[in-house]
Amino acid sequence: MTATDEGRARRLRRATVCSLEEGIRALVRDGDSLALEGFTHLIPFAAAHEIIRQGRRNLTLIRMTPDLVYDRMIGMGCARRLVFSWGGNPGVGSLHRFRDAVENAWPNPLDIVEHSHAAMACAYDAGAAGLPFGMLKGYRGSDLASANAAIRSVTCPFTGEELAAVPALRPDVAVIHAQRADRDGNVLMEGIVGVQKEAVLAARRALVTVEEIVDDLGPRSRNATVLPAWVIDAIAVVPGGARPSYALGYYGRDNHAYVVWDEISRDRARFQAWIREHLLGDCS
Amino acid sequence: MTAARDATPEEMMIAASAAELRDDDVCFVGIGAPSAACNLARLTHAPRITLIYESGTIGARPAALPLSIGDGELCETALTTVSVPEMFRYWLQGGWITVGFLGGAQVDQFANLNTTVIGEYATPRTRLPGGGGAPEIAAHCHRTLIVMKHDRRALVRRVDFVTTFGHGAGGDHRKRLGLSTDGPTRVITDLCVMEPEPERGELWVTELHAGVAIAAVRQRTGWEVRAAPHMREASPPSAHVLDSLRQLRARSGAALPGVQL
Repeated sequence: MTATDEGRARRLRRATVCSLEEGIRALVRDGDSLALEGFTHLIPFAAAHEIIRQGRRNLTLIRMTPDLVYDRMIGMGCARRLVFSWGGNPGVGSLHRFRDAVENAWPNPLDIVEHSHAAMACAYDAGAAGLPFGMLKGYRGSDLASANAAIRSVTCPFTGEELAAVPALRPDVAVIHAQRADRDGNVLMEGIVGVQKEAVLAARRALVTVEEIVDDLGPRSRNATVLPAWVIDAIAVVPGGARPSYALGYYGRDNHAYVVWDEISRDRARFQAWIREHLLGDCS
Repeated sequence: MTAARDATPEEMMIAASAAELRDDDVCFVGIGAPSAACNLARLTHAPRITLIYESGTIGARPAALPLSIGDGELCETALTTVSVPEMFRYWLQGGWITVGFLGGAQVDQFANLNTTVIGEYATPRTRLPGGGGAPEIAAHCHRTLIVMKHDRRALVRRVDFVTTFGHGAGGDHRKRLGLSTDGPTRVITDLCVMEPEPERGELWVTELHAGVAIAAVRQRTGWEVRAAPHMREASPPSAHVLDSLRQLRARSGAALPGVQL
């Protein structure tokens, strides 16, 4: 697993099509740092659910907006650390499993490394660009800079201006969901593309779930977001793999599921029962 | 004409917020009241306003209010959609956005916002969602508007945690930190509009919504809030504005039963 930060040439990847179960088993290990990205759109829920089913532990979960996807993983005890910039249920309210972990250490203590969106986007960008840190005009006057020891500053060598610096994000594994891949393993994403490209390029290993595999990616803009097969390790076909978020051109966001999650996740026992019923296939 | 008594305090808050926006504004929109206000402005007096959601959608024109900053309709109606790093680096930090529209759990007398914790950071009584885009929105947008319900627990003397720097300790604090933008220029609540007074930057009341008494504002504010000498009572929202807001929300409610957007 070489990368430029380790002083060696990057390893090219060879996208292998496999089942989601095989892909997670091959790429995600206990103790890994893991970025499941997708900014509201194309959130890789199915992959997260598979990680829960495989019982991965002690993960460092990285994600700008933990959303329901990490609320579930945190509540099921997969995480020991969370790197994030906004931890709410969008438009609805709190993420109750995240809150319970931070406020009451349930089901286990959760270390948090907290950023702003601008800084976290910079940190992914730096990871993708092979830089040791990301730099921004940020955090000025904010207490976040004293709450997170990883927020430092650098001085511009030309103007003397002081700028915020955050360490590059280099997850062990990036997991994203995309609309489709072709038979060679090239992946097309469209719509709100968030930080997925940066996460995949920054990570040491990358897994992509897709709605479908097609013979040809089809008519598209010359500037469409396509990730070549040689930046991806594994591709799994998972139709609906972003639900209850959405995949533009395939299905819409299930806003109702986000609203009812507030009630389901508020109570520990109800949350666990929901996971057992919906993720673990246990009807007892 | 729809009279003031027909508009709820919350509707007056949204209408007063919308009134702050101009046709040539490029506006960074948060979810909730800011989104309602920005879209109300677009549907009434500012049809050419550019609405930007932090998910990367530039020039979104949703027919109904979105639940999240990344709903599909925002992307489908946008002029263009960019990545999140590009959004924050080129468009926001690059200085192209004229208005940032924020809410928060707590705002203090110098318009600093807390969306992080109630209590101590390491051992919070209540863990809130966090900063998201807000710290840099308030730093880089030419001006910032804050909209929130008026409540003693929300409008406090000092915030428990400065997530988003407003005017700091007042005076020239922004300048000393190298911030060249105006920062929060208005705090709009369901009772009134507050602005930083020119000397120390402490928020004072410059406008009361129709039918609201200053005593009610004082009672629900966590510091000894002053009335500006030029404080006035606003006219109620017009029938056109109120109807547009209600129709917008009816369309949004139909998309998602039981949720007020």
